Amino acid sequence: MSEIIPMGETGTSAPGLHGNAIARNPGQALELDWVNEIQVNRSAVERRCTTLGGRRSVKKDAQAGWLLKAITCMDLTTLNGDDTAARVRRLCAKARQPVRPDLLEALGVADRGITTGAVCVYHRFVAEAVDALDGTFIPVAAVSTGFPAGLSPHDTKLREIEASVADGAREIDIVVTREHVLTGNWQALYDEMRDFRAACGEAHVKAILATGDLRTLRNVARASMVCMMAGADFIKTSTGKETANATLPVSLVMLRMIRHYQERTGHLVGFKPAGGISTAKDVLAYQVLMKEELGRRWLEPDLLRFGASSLLADIERQLEHHVTGRYSAYNRHPMA
Amino acid sequence: MSVANYFESLDYGPAPEADTNVRDWLKSHDASFGHFIDGAFRPSKDGKTLSTHEPATGDELAKIAQGSAEDVDDAVAAAAKAQEPWEALGGKGRARHIYALARMVQRHARLFAVLEALDNGKPIRETRDLDIPLVARHFYHHAGWAELQDTELADHKPIGVVGQIIPWNFPLLMLAWKVAPALALGNTVVLKPAEATPLTALLFAELAARSGLPAGVLNVITGDGSTGAALVKHDGVGKIAFTGSTEVGRIIRAETAGSGKSLTLELGGKSPFIVFDDADMESAVEGVVDAIWFNQGQVCCAGSRLLVHEGIHDRFIARLKERMNSLRVGHPLDKAIDMGAIIEQSQLERISALVGKGVEEGAEAYVPDIATPDRGCFYPPTLLTGVEPASTVATEEIFGPVMVAMSFRTPDEAVELANNTRYGLAASVWSENMNLALDIAPQLKAGVVWVNATNLFDAGVGFGGYRESGYGREGGLEGAYEYLKPKAWAARKPRKPAPPVPVVEATDSFEPMAVDRTAKLYVGGKQVRPDGNYSLTVISPKGKVIGEMGEGNRKDIRNAVQAARKASGWATASTHLRAQILYYLGENLSARTGEFVARLSAMTGVKKSDAEREVETAIDRFFTYAAWADKFDGAVHSPPLRGVALAMNEPIGVAGVICPDEAPLLSFVSLVAPLMAMGNRVVAVPSERYGLIAADFYQVLETSDVPAGVINIVTGYTKELAKTLADHDDVDAIWAFGGSDVSEMAEARSVGNMKRTFVDNGLATNWYDPKVAEGRLFLRNAVQVKNIWIPYGE
Repeated sequence: MSEIIPMGETGTSAPGLHGNAIARNPGQALELDWVNEIQVNRSAVERRCTTLGGRRSVKKDAQAGWLLKAITCMDLTTLNGDDTAARVRRLCAKARQPVRPDLLEALGVADRGITTGAVCVYHRFVAEAVDALDGTFIPVAAVSTGFPAGLSPHDTKLREIEASVADGAREIDIVVTREHVLTGNWQALYDEMRDFRAACGEAHVKAILATGDLRTLRNVARASMVCMMAGADFIKTSTGKETANATLPVSLVMLRMIRHYQERTGHLVGFKPAGGISTAKDVLAYQVLMKEELGRRWLEPDLLRFGASSLLADIERQLEHHVTGRYSAYNRHPMA
Repeated sequence: MSVANYFESLDYGPAPEADTNVRDWLKSHDASFGHFIDGAFRPSKDGKTLSTHEPATGDELAKIAQGSAEDVDDAVAAAAKAQEPWEALGGKGRARHIYALARMVQRHARLFAVLEALDNGKPIRETRDLDIPLVARHFYHHAGWAELQDTELADHKPIGVVGQIIPWNFPLLMLAWKVAPALALGNTVVLKPAEATPLTALLFAELAARSGLPAGVLNVITGDGSTGAALVKHDGVGKIAFTGSTEVGRIIRAETAGSGKSLTLELGGKSPFIVFDDADMESAVEGVVDAIWFNQGQVCCAGSRLLVHEGIHDRFIARLKERMNSLRVGHPLDKAIDMGAIIEQSQLERISALVGKGVEEGAEAYVPDIATPDRGCFYPPTLLTGVEPASTVATEEIFGPVMVAMSFRTPDEAVELANNTRYGLAASVWSENMNLALDIAPQLKAGVVWVNATNLFDAGVGFGGYRESGYGREGGLEGAYEYLKPKAWAARKPRKPAPPVPVVEATDSFEPMAVDRTAKLYVGGKQVRPDGNYSLTVISPKGKVIGEMGEGNRKDIRNAVQAARKASGWATASTHLRAQILYYLGENLSARTGEFVARLSAMTGVKKSDAEREVETAIDRFFTYAAWADKFDGAVHSPPLRGVALAMNEPIGVAGVICPDEAPLLSFVSLVAPLMAMGNRVVAVPSERYGLIAADFYQVLETSDVPAGVINIVTGYTKELAKTLADHDDVDAIWAFGGSDVSEMAEARSVGNMKRTFVDNGLATNWYDPKVAEGRLFLRNAVQVKNIWIPYGE
């Protein structure tokens, strides 16, 4: 399970995230048979998630290592109505230096160039963020397509994507039209996603399923599969704006779909849980789930992202505790 | 490894659970324990000891006492002394104590969990998250039964002193399953934990005493099989509850035969795990992990036979193998493992040998390339594919982390393969089609069926087997009855000796009837001549020859059982139909009252009015069971999950019935009718002396629409026929009434296929008293409870 797929093994030419290149998922034709035969048993999925925490434990040095890795997988995010240019610059500065240098030194990882995986903003601030991150490898991700409800006209959504790409966004987090899923209109979902992907061009596209709106795990599984068929580079749980955010059961179902897709097509698709992941403990649970279900390879930022705003502060406290043996406080760490 | 290394490797790293508190507790006892008798530890009378070891390292954990018959005497005496005051405390008084035990377990949960993991070798995850919380749950639940006993179970009383023998695979959990109901309902206990895992029971006894449990109520006696044997044989014990191998269960059944001891046996299994092509395959794969790699596969109800629909077999197996690659085996106190150590070397060798045998017989073994500790007793998760039903590994219980896989084509074939075993403990069915899953579950011969789940347990849901997996239930109301006896039933007195068979008068002819009637046997819905073609003479009390009846032999029993087996439609016939036929039997018997009264008077010499009363009561009894046929419902349990457990009362199958001489018509009807009402097929052996009454009954049967094979009657010498029935491996239950010798023989000979037994031990039943001779006791003995767990949620 822990075998790492080496860079470029799958014959890529496109530059990957952080230079750790894998082939992008080109998508494939919509196969409805395959979508419709998907079965999910909710109780069994929940049982797996409940017991997993007791089956795997990451403590001490291992925990510090895992949390540092989680930072590199973090889409440091601000998606609020009161965002401003200065707020976004502050976020970018934190993305460049997410952990106090003295802590990194003490942990023996000062030389690893640890940054967050990306910075995630609305289109309006893409250019500002690209500028603020100049000289780093940190990509800017833009939420798009009428985020969060996704009910703008289809053409407007495509123009929105193009505008963000033109402003320098290298990743686009799109939202799907929930109606397509709720009514089982897989063709419409597929077509929409196909268009989004095309509009993204070289930029990677993360498909937000808004699982809280989809309600059932079966819907989540089928929507995941259709979006991957239509060429999503990542599938992502939530906008953070639905009433229910990322959960382990939803994630487990999506990961299983990623594995099926890989088995059938050979393509690797990334996963991004978002919303409600605010503690180091939470993030470790997701990392364990990734490792157990998909393997070591899926713990790197080109296949795993965490959409989070307050998570980093908790991880910083845990890391300081690991270094000093004393519990830490928020005011000891620079804010984002 | 450094933080930087982990940053790259993302390995789990060590995550050991501390064992300091457990080591301190052992030290406080100098790592040496006596029996816990009458509230205190005491050494064996003969000073003999045994050792218990950590399977994970082989190191000795502690010395324990080796119990002798003398020690067992002491323990039983202490329990007997404590029983009366314990019972007199009343349900509500005992409820306080049982509640205190539940709280005690919770307060010391981690101590128990770590000690259990060390002594047994199972992962701390399991002891901490499953075993110990369930232990507490059992005491809570049964504190509730104690609380309600005086009102809800008012017509029952405790059995007295109960001997309980538990296995090493779930040491403390099995203690809870047995001790909680026994104590709650007013019994006192002598418990013998397994030789390999006695420590949590000793800790429990110590802490129970500290939490105020009166001395002598719970006694723990340690030792090997000989200690258990002494307990089984002990006259002062009213009941034996045993969980363990079928082999030992058989010995216990034979040993206690005729003793009047009640018996609960929780034995082995080879449970099917059935995956249909519309299952959530990923979840089913995870289910396999929980089925066979839980507790290293050392689980009596482990899903150990994987039956996969042929169309998805290869994909499923491929995915399962992949899943196996991420299993982790390690020290039980490591918090990042799936499997710990096997209990002991001999088990490890047995598992290896069976896997070797499987491979020899053509199976292909898959063992993932994962690390196992260098030291200690470990066996890797193993999958055997290409296994045929004829393979040794498909029939033998391996009791280790070894899954054997087969495929099926249709749902019918899945059921056939699933039931193709001597065992019947549990089954797991995976399908997203509710119609399919709920059609399959009742067809499986198993006491527990999990739909889209496996290895779920709860104190409120009965657990126990069909067939050679044992009998009796543990948990819920169905389990509570195992520790009680009906007051009316308990008041029976020994049967008076039968009057001597009269000497036949010199005139050796009997009064000729207008037209000769030949009493044959009744098999498969037809009157048939006995195989041997001999007849027995029936004599009146005055020595008059009244007539002749067929002398059935082994072959007649064989034929009758075959006919009964064939009449399987009765088991699934609607309860409405069964009720109608029972009413009809009563009606047609009523129409012939005069004829039966005359025969009864002539044969038994009773007054006409008494004979009339017997026939009248027999008619009533048919009506009673016709009434019950569609009312003895199961239950819907509410275990703590989103879902239900359906406790279904299922017929046992083919039952042999041995009838007593007294009230020959009424006793016959009283025994046959409840079995029929619940959907069983019957092979009845009527009173040896007055069997003609049953022969008269053939015409009632023939006119009452009873389907062929549902009732079969073989007249003849009781003992000879009873022996053949008790021996017969296709008979599922035997009810023997009439004499203690017949009871003993029926129980002793039931061990071939571990049939359920219901006997009178020579105590006389007043067949006219409905409190004793009809109702729930008979109905409970006529069914076996199957619990179908159905978690739901979309």
